[in-house]
Amino acid sequence: MQIFSCPFCGPREEHEFLFAAEAGKVRPEPAEQVSDEDWAAYLYHNHAPKGASREVWYHQTCGTYFLMTRDTVSRDVEGSEFLPGAGA
Amino acid sequence: MTARYSSFSLLREGFRGHRGWQSAWAKAAPQPAYDAVIIGGGGHGLATAYYLAKNHGMRRVAVLEKGWIGGGNTGRNTTVVRSNYFYPESVALYDLALRLYEGLSRELNFNVMLSQRGMLIAAHTPAQMEICARIANAMMLNGVDGELMGATDAIARLPLLNQTADARYHCLGGIWQGRAGIARHDAVAWGYARAASTLGVDIIENCEVTNLWIENGAVKGVATTRGEIRTERLAVAAAGATPGLVAGAGVHLPIHTYALQAFVSEPVKPCLDTVLLYLGTGTYVSQSDKGELVFGGGLDRVPTHGQKGNLPAQEKVVAGLLEMFPAFAQLKLLRQWAGVVDVVPDSSPVIGPAPGVEGLYLNCGWGTGGFKAIPAGGWLLAHLLATGQHHEISRPFDLERFISGRLIDEAAGAGISH
Repeated sequence: MQIFSCPFCGPREEHEFLFAAEAGKVRPEPAEQVSDEDWAAYLYHNHAPKGASREVWYHQTCGTYFLMTRDTVSRDVEGSEFLPGAGA
Repeated sequence: MTARYSSFSLLREGFRGHRGWQSAWAKAAPQPAYDAVIIGGGGHGLATAYYLAKNHGMRRVAVLEKGWIGGGNTGRNTTVVRSNYFYPESVALYDLALRLYEGLSRELNFNVMLSQRGMLIAAHTPAQMEICARIANAMMLNGVDGELMGATDAIARLPLLNQTADARYHCLGGIWQGRAGIARHDAVAWGYARAASTLGVDIIENCEVTNLWIENGAVKGVATTRGEIRTERLAVAAAGATPGLVAGAGVHLPIHTYALQAFVSEPVKPCLDTVLLYLGTGTYVSQSDKGELVFGGGLDRVPTHGQKGNLPAQEKVVAGLLEMFPAFAQLKLLRQWAGVVDVVPDSSPVIGPAPGVEGLYLNCGWGTGGFKAIPAGGWLLAHLLATGQHHEISRPFDLERFISGRLIDEAAGAGISH
């Protein structure tokens, strides 16, 4: 069992968490002017990095979305932080 | 040297102390240039090479494998073959694979130990039975063998299934596909490798591609740990490694990589002669010819490139197995492992040209179900490489579907929750 940290609740067991998305995606706006290609890229394109990764995770038990920095090969977790503009 | 396998050659080699067998495939060194290069020496890559040579007459072909043949997901899966999917596009694809599997041992002169023992997707609620009826009807409309099986027939096939009064899941029946079954995964890789090598394909192991060589938007070759190789037709059949390989060429894919675990028990006498997927637990199981129970379940929910599983998923899969078959609690686990699977949002593969790069073709996104599709994946990728055009079966699986929105959502057909 791996332990992840929620920035709100602290260290908790991994099954309380859900992976949401890779971090850094910016929703293209305004919607009426976004091409199908750009919208598909926003929805679907991933880097699936091997190694260092920055991701948005969801802590199901408290409902917080947050950023987690970790390694996708070694599974080491570097840290967790609130999304920009969220949290304390 | 004895090259062809038959009962006669086996008998003759038996009398000669088995000294006359030749290597199944030649250990090739990379040539400076090829007409086509395939990255990935798993089932899909090797099948692609074989069908390129066999169906399209292309012999100057290389398969580049970073490790050893069949050492990735081809050697890590639970060996189930089936075509019990929902949409016509999927059934066309997976049933092409199953039909090719049915003739594969003879075609390759290599026993892939196909055992069409049938597969039951078992339901335990009326709602699940309704979904099963819908899928079975879709299968029949799509022209493959599928039927809705009632509880009596289903339970008769599963003598050890827990059906006591206090059982959590009482089987109500489910979807039966009699042509489904298992095949020996290593033999599929080795058989294709041997047949392709016989036709002149170079199979190059321990050769990792480090960079794609692209000029003016067209493929010119690859850089590898064993030197540069020129080619103008390049296919990538590298599962979870695909996004990293093609990112430098500006190709982005809708792939997340997860670990999928599998488990093998100690061998026991025959006790389960079908493949079972239980909707109530998400666990699936079959018994190998050696007597081991081979089973698995859902994905680890943590994106990874590490070929190892985590404990919560193990606990869930084993608990699911014991919920169905309490008697199996007495068994020891012999092995547990994981493969890195490339999951796309609609649980259907990506087959087609890479957008924006002439001469680059993709076969990836099989997620948890690539083994069953190996012959079709190879057949279709070979068609793309040789002609530059989609085969009619592969066209719906082009990357373009993510822009047009014509997704082929096989979340249920995949069998494993994605």
